[in-house]
Amino acid sequence: MNSQDYVMTIKDVNIFYGEFNAVKNMSMNIEKNKVLAIIGPSGCGKSTLLRCLNRMNDFVPSFSIKGKIEYNGKNILKSDPMELRTKVGMVFQKPNPFPKSIYDNITWGPKIHGHDVNLDQLVEDSLKKAALWEEVKDRLKSSALDLSGGQQQRLCIARTIAMKPDIILMDEPCSALDPKSTIRIEDLISELKNEYTIIIVTHNMQQAARVSDKTAFFYEGELIEIDSTDKIFTKPKEKRTEDYITGRFG
Amino acid sequence: MNKIKRRKRTEKIFLWASRLLSWSTILILVVLMAHILIEGTHYLSAGFLNNFPSRFAAKAGMKAGIWGSFWLMVMTTLISVPVGIASALFLEEYGIKGKIGKIIEVNVSNLAGVPSIVYGLLGLTVFVRYADFDRSLLSGALTLSLLILPVIIVASREAIKAVPNTIRYAAYALGAHKHQVIFGHVLPVALAGILTGVILALSRAIGETAPLIIIGALAYVSFTPESPMDEFSVMPIQIYNWAGRPKAEFHQLAASGIIVLLCLMLTMNLIAVIIRHKSSKRMNL
Repeated sequence: MNSQDYVMTIKDVNIFYGEFNAVKNMSMNIEKNKVLAIIGPSGCGKSTLLRCLNRMNDFVPSFSIKGKIEYNGKNILKSDPMELRTKVGMVFQKPNPFPKSIYDNITWGPKIHGHDVNLDQLVEDSLKKAALWEEVKDRLKSSALDLSGGQQQRLCIARTIAMKPDIILMDEPCSALDPKSTIRIEDLISELKNEYTIIIVTHNMQQAARVSDKTAFFYEGELIEIDSTDKIFTKPKEKRTEDYITGRFG
Repeated sequence: MNKIKRRKRTEKIFLWASRLLSWSTILILVVLMAHILIEGTHYLSAGFLNNFPSRFAAKAGMKAGIWGSFWLMVMTTLISVPVGIASALFLEEYGIKGKIGKIIEVNVSNLAGVPSIVYGLLGLTVFVRYADFDRSLLSGALTLSLLILPVIIVASREAIKAVPNTIRYAAYALGAHKHQVIFGHVLPVALAGILTGVILALSRAIGETAPLIIIGALAYVSFTPESPMDEFSVMPIQIYNWAGRPKAEFHQLAASGIIVLLCLMLTMNLIAVIIRHKSSKRMNL
């Protein structure tokens, strides 16, 4: 594979919380316009790595990182995190809309960066891409907190899309949602990958199998295996991957 | 069986004891209020609000005190609110790390418990004498600002702390800078809590007497203040002055004054309650 198809390259990354080595010697490439799922048991470092990709771990006091994460040929660990986050968006575990109107939720990001766009159009486009437009088009000015959990999460995705990012990070985006809302978000992910690169951390192996093109299996801070999702779920190379997939531990 | 009966009886006794005690506090309040109302209504009239103090009880009024208190509160608000909110924001959002931060935190909370007369002495030394503001409204406002600043800071910090981190992270994830997060999300969400704290602090300030007597607010004033450098009196001092006179008529005047002051304070507290109620509805809490 040509290195130009990689949108991000992770090289020899070690992540520490105080003395604890949460992610060990990790190297991997992230392909453009694909969905990468990261799976593994609790505490394997999958969320930790994900949050490093847009520097959201900077807010953890004891956090430190060594190695290189390259995005567009630049080491993001040495560049401005604010600029990075406009290109690498994030959807969190629990829906966290701003306590403002639906409209303001979407426009706040572009506004603070002074993006010169037609805001009404942007709101419509973003909500349509997040499959929420039909449900909320008549009440854009009402509070985002009046939406259901699943709708709130799609609003958060719309808010991320409105920034026109390259990459969308999703940290267990469905773990706080009911099965029906989960399926809607999964469908949405499959549609979004045409335009964006998506990295999703999930506890739910079926979800990884359903939505992703590639899957990475983490165990105790190490990358055990990364391959196409088909291969990981049918004939993994590593025994530990197989044991996890078949539910022998987890 | 016997044990259950005994427990039921204890439960009943406890219930009645609690009932009795809570009603007795309310009863004391009611008796106090009734006494003041009976004493105070005699002199309560439009003239009472519009007249300056006088040797004759029938002609005496609170005009000087009301306007003194009003301007004092306006100036105190202008001084203490920006300083208080800025301090709270700095301490909560930026913060001083380590030991010094802890020391500051503990001391701000401690300052809220310092007796007001101590602030009066501080105001007398620093503002009246050293800065040479004399016994002016400005000295009074600065002194009262010192007095309520810790209260405003503590209340504002609590309100800022109550803003969920998930909102901050959501904003950061859009590439926001810290000041954009603070002014775009933290302050708007915390504002109701901050305002409640501010109003409660001001309603404490409006009833303060001791520090103002120390810095030399006057008891007998027959003018309303025109500039921050004017001398002044306030409602609680006028009440204190009337209550100290030997004649019974002046005691009635004091009661009238208390009614006016109480009405003001109750209104302020009511506004605080309404703001809190409205914002909790808006936030779906």
